[in-house]
Amino acid sequence: MNKTKTVTEIVDSRNEVRSFNLSILTENKSGLLNAVTIIFTRRKINIESINVSETEVEGVSRYTIVIESTREKVEKVVKRIRKLIDVFWAFVYEEDEIYYQEIALYKVPTKVFLDGDNAEHLVRNNGARILVIEEDFIIIEKTGHQHETKDLLEKLKPFGVLEFVRSGRVAMSKSTRRTDLFLRELHNHH
Amino acid sequence: METLVNGKQTVTKTETMTGAEALIRSLLAEGVETIFGYPGGAIMPIYDALYNYKDQLNHILVRHEQGATHAAQGFARVRNEVGVVFATSGPGATNLITGIADAQIDSTPMVCITGQVASNLLGTDAFQETDVIGISMPVTKWNHQITDASEIPEIIAKAFYIARSGRPGPVVIDITKDAQFASLEYKYQKCTEIRTYHPVPKIKKDKLKEAAALINGAKQPFLLIGQGVLISQAQEVLRKFIEKAHIPSAWTILGLSALDNEHPLNVGMLGMHGNYAPNVLTNECDVLIAVGMRFDDRVTGDLSRYARQAKVIHIEIDPSEIDKNVKADVPVIGDARQVLEALMPLINENDHSSWLERFKQLHQIELDKIITHDLYPKTEGVRMGEVVRHISEATKGEAIIVTDVGQHQMVTSRYYKFRLPHSNITSGGLGTMGFALPAAMGAKVGRPDRPVVAVIGDGGFQMTIQELGTIFQYDIPVKIVILNNSFLGMVRQWQQLFFDRRYSFTEMKNPDFTAIAKGFSIESKKVTKREELEQGVKEMMLHPGAYLLEVTVEKEENVFPMVPSGAAISDIRME
Repeated sequence: MNKTKTVTEIVDSRNEVRSFNLSILTENKSGLLNAVTIIFTRRKINIESINVSETEVEGVSRYTIVIESTREKVEKVVKRIRKLIDVFWAFVYEEDEIYYQEIALYKVPTKVFLDGDNAEHLVRNNGARILVIEEDFIIIEKTGHQHETKDLLEKLKPFGVLEFVRSGRVAMSKSTRRTDLFLRELHNHH
Repeated sequence: METLVNGKQTVTKTETMTGAEALIRSLLAEGVETIFGYPGGAIMPIYDALYNYKDQLNHILVRHEQGATHAAQGFARVRNEVGVVFATSGPGATNLITGIADAQIDSTPMVCITGQVASNLLGTDAFQETDVIGISMPVTKWNHQITDASEIPEIIAKAFYIARSGRPGPVVIDITKDAQFASLEYKYQKCTEIRTYHPVPKIKKDKLKEAAALINGAKQPFLLIGQGVLISQAQEVLRKFIEKAHIPSAWTILGLSALDNEHPLNVGMLGMHGNYAPNVLTNECDVLIAVGMRFDDRVTGDLSRYARQAKVIHIEIDPSEIDKNVKADVPVIGDARQVLEALMPLINENDHSSWLERFKQLHQIELDKIITHDLYPKTEGVRMGEVVRHISEATKGEAIIVTDVGQHQMVTSRYYKFRLPHSNITSGGLGTMGFALPAAMGAKVGRPDRPVVAVIGDGGFQMTIQELGTIFQYDIPVKIVILNNSFLGMVRQWQQLFFDRRYSFTEMKNPDFTAIAKGFSIESKKVTKREELEQGVKEMMLHPGAYLLEVTVEKEENVFPMVPSGAAISDIRME
């Protein structure tokens, strides 16, 4: 392998479309979701998944956004997001820099569970659990990555799935940084 | 507001008043003197409150809300202060959008106050209701809707702080009618900090050192002046900086007037219709120092062939501009003046005379091929360049020049000899036709002590021609020069060069502009011959009031040099 090829590889990796996770710390302000999402709209970048939640710091929200794009574009988008007045900071992570999960719910007819053990086995063997049992339907809950929750969906389909829903991704970085200390540092740095 | 210091306790007295009055008082607390606006149903309580403050606040009633935004922009740019606009809900607010977008892309500080329907009617398609927050979000630095009167002082303080700090920009504050009517306990405190917002980044010392090392080692350094120099008031330190290191310097259209046009290191204008030497030599310099600019495509041409040989130092307050278009070898994030001041002691005195000589040599080519003919034509028709030369001479380069968008804008930028900073007002990024007339009005209101000359094409003039009414009503002594070629000249030029002379809808049948001026009691004159031109310009400048000078110029004049869209800047065409 020669040096030129390495440089080419770097350039290729910056222009390769892959999955990126943005983690954005913000004020809890109405309208901000719109301000964040139009930054993607304007650049014709589709948001694959989005989740907004409170953090352990009071009044501070965290947006977790998954997009398919290139490193080149993502870095520009992240800088633009950081410019929003009500945003503290935005991080960008690749898949190997985070732990993440999604939660899926499956509604199936209750009678499926009455007709033998198959459905119950499926739930148990797939790390899912039964959330609620009603007279007409049962809701199964599974946490995992997209391919896992999708896999269970395929397996449940023969039993008749009434409804399926999956949450946006929630992710945590592999760093040991504390949010409150990070925000303080960010403030002092400027 | 009254602040009493009582031992260690500070007691702030409040006053009870309506939201509308609190808004007016907040503006006064921010030092606002002038508002450009247009009333309507949803902002009537504010206008009613304004009636009591007529002696303290100068409100100028424009003829269309777009005019208010451009006037506020002109005002803001000549004063380096926040321009203020009032408009009502619905169409009043939507008419602001072009000016807001213009202010956003050209980093102009502006606060727009829009009235909104009462909060219980929000989302009901009530009369003149529109989602101003949603519509203006992509084109504002910040926006906010007030439905609770008690928010008014704090939000207005925040609005002004955001609009003027860091990289400036427009802010929209939408206030529902019920919040204007409701009472609050008023006390005002200026905003000095927002915890999520750090407008002036701390400068990194290591980056300063790296930049200084590059500059000191450069054989062929070249500096680009952007509007950031003017916004940060860095023009003086910039001059000393380039003189010390002896660096040829060129400017973007919004950086124009930051450096005296007669300065020996001023090598001219960058970009599509800029000068030959700075464009060609961008691709030959060894160190490129960009100060307060964003490498717009009209400046860079084809990015893959832009200054590839050079080490790039990018001095810029907005981190999102770093590496956006041009990769910076040394990014120095910070306020342009602070950065240049910090760099001054680190850079060596130098002499780059032979490098500067290259600029002169190339400039001679442009003089011979283009400039002399533009300024002193021997052909029959009046050329735009000679009109600008006469304006420049008659005003000794000391006027505030406001241009619209198109050929006349490029010609004026190229040929007016600016001697003073904050003197070039134009729509750079958005390219908004119709900008000049209202912006000139605002500039004159902002700087009544200086002559203001608007140079406008016949197309753009008719886009905001209604503001002649405002000029008439308030007796604003602006000079208006219409360069009339009965064409949308820049589009026609492109049609000629790139669309096989297919002049699709660019020719204009124009009215008698002097007759229109007469209707507004504005003195006017039409010049069609070269012999009348110098006298015409002089008469205009000597006239104490507003004046409209229409000049019939060559019908199919082209602006050269030109970097065709998508070409490298060094492939700039001379014909």
